[in-house]
Amino acid sequence: MKTNDVILQSAAKLVVFVILTFSAYLFLSGHHEPGGGFIGGLMSAAALVLLALAYDLDTIRSVLPVNYRIVTATGLLLAILTGAGSFLFDRPFLSHAFDYFTLPLLGKTELATAVLFDLGVYLAVVGVTMTIILSIGEDR
Amino acid sequence: MSNLVIMPLLVPLVTAVLLIFFHKRLRAQRILGAVSALINIAVALGLVLHVRGNGIATLQLGGWAPPQGIVFVADMFAALLVLTTAIVGACCLFFAFFTIGEPRERHYFYPFFHFLLVGVIGSFLTGDIFNLFVCFEVMLIASYALIVLGGTKRQLRESIKYLLINIVSSALFVTAVAYLYGTLGTLNMADLSMRVAEAGQDGLLTLLSVLLLLVFGLKAGLLLFFWLPGSYSAPPPAVAAVFAGLLTKVGVYAIIRVFTLIFYHDQAVTHVLIGVLAAITMSAGVIGAIAYRDVHRILIYNIVAAVGFMAFGLAVASREALEGATFYLLHDMLVKALLFLLGGALIAGAGTSRLAEMGGLIRRFPLLGWLLLVAALALVGVPPTSGFVGKLLIVQGGLAEGWYWITGISLASSLLMLYSMMKLFMAAFWGEEPLHRPPSASRVPTGVYWPIGALTVLVLALGVGAQWAMPYVAMAADALTDPQIYIDAVMKE
Repeated sequence: MKTNDVILQSAAKLVVFVILTFSAYLFLSGHHEPGGGFIGGLMSAAALVLLALAYDLDTIRSVLPVNYRIVTATGLLLAILTGAGSFLFDRPFLSHAFDYFTLPLLGKTELATAVLFDLGVYLAVVGVTMTIILSIGEDR
Repeated sequence: MSNLVIMPLLVPLVTAVLLIFFHKRLRAQRILGAVSALINIAVALGLVLHVRGNGIATLQLGGWAPPQGIVFVADMFAALLVLTTAIVGACCLFFAFFTIGEPRERHYFYPFFHFLLVGVIGSFLTGDIFNLFVCFEVMLIASYALIVLGGTKRQLRESIKYLLINIVSSALFVTAVAYLYGTLGTLNMADLSMRVAEAGQDGLLTLLSVLLLLVFGLKAGLLLFFWLPGSYSAPPPAVAAVFAGLLTKVGVYAIIRVFTLIFYHDQAVTHVLIGVLAAITMSAGVIGAIAYRDVHRILIYNIVAAVGFMAFGLAVASREALEGATFYLLHDMLVKALLFLLGGALIAGAGTSRLAEMGGLIRRFPLLGWLLLVAALALVGVPPTSGFVGKLLIVQGGLAEGWYWITGISLASSLLMLYSMMKLFMAAFWGEEPLHRPPSASRVPTGVYWPIGALTVLVLALGVGAQWAMPYVAMAADALTDPQIYIDAVMKE
């Protein structure tokens, strides 16, 4: 008998967006509040895992046709290039810079290259977590 | 400030990441890997020459001065090891092109291989003890993947043991670092050294140093080598050669670094302990090497015996012995990789690793046979080869400092090493070929002679050109005998 998951699936549709928003908040607040790339990435992966639980792996793959190994590699490359970007300015590896910009809507905002490094961490964490879960999930 | 210091680490790191992107295109993987390996040799050579010209080079990552930031330090000792790592890595990579097989190549063999090099080179260059831990883990996780890649029954069984023992030793490493930080309040090696000198090395610090010795001894196979024979015989020859050439040597490097830079005040306890461990390791290693009639086992127990030799050089701790240990370490990385490549080719050609089923192979593989003989003589240290100078200096140092009993053990174990290698050579290459050649016997791909030949030439050149190499080794020993040189270079402002 096929079970009917309508409550789980409807709830998941709503909750996934809440979790993804929260993970974006965690990721962006890492500099001044608890949070950062690692926990943000784990939280995003948790949202994707919730989708995988409510639906199935094939649905996830058709909704998000992403190769998560490439996501991991992109994250690593981004982190390395952020570190190596300091070579252009004749500074030691992994030197970071920040400045204040006036952006539309947000006003005066502090932008730091450390966020790019964190984005690399974020992508690597999402990629690794999803690779582990998906490859264990499809192995029968 | 010189970003050159981090380049030997960045080249394989970027290569490893790029290789993930197109892991299905084998030709591109090989070309990129080969180019990167050659570039890295050039970069490492540049680093050695830079250190020779300008003294110890340091790089403060992110521009944060030590002890607050992480600092990368290339003294001559580390720079020479990085160069040797780049060479050994390149030779094993070229060997892998011909032997590793397509299924492994498709499953990210080359990215893992380069991540392993990242970990090894990072361990040599870092000047921060927690960063050393991180680099150890990078190296170990890549080695877990390489040891199990392929998924044969034997690999699965041995990788569980290898994983367990390394997780335990890593947990001990973290504990030791935590105690060290709790006691001294810093993690930078140069700063640790200064604080230990100020506080005096009391009983607690000596205990901590012994805990670190236990950790690094587990990694290096110093006395605690019970996990090593199984683990190193499971993976394919190109991987086993990288393990034999690099992994245990990182542990030896860490022992030498910690006990020459940080914990050098209470030599009556620590260095005598290292000496006793070295003697037991040498004896046990050669006993294993003469006991077995199996190519893998003989070569693996020779690694153990050589680790004992280097630890003996450190235990004596005179300038001469440290020069000897440095020279022997460089020689041993090259010659162990060479022997494992030769052993891999031999096992592939004979179709078995048991000596009882071999014989008369000199008629089928003459070049392989004579190269193996040269490598065996170099391993034991017969004069024109590279093993001689290192052993001579260690033995001279041992005699000058009055370590007669352990010098005797080391000389006797050299003799037994020679016996074990000659037993291998004679049983495999001389005599009559067995009536039934094992069905798995095959021809050896011609391409493997290139990396093997390159390593043989280097081993011979290091022996004949010892006069030319000695100034570099002496410069490495300068910083090992006088920690103040290292500290001044790191804490210059």
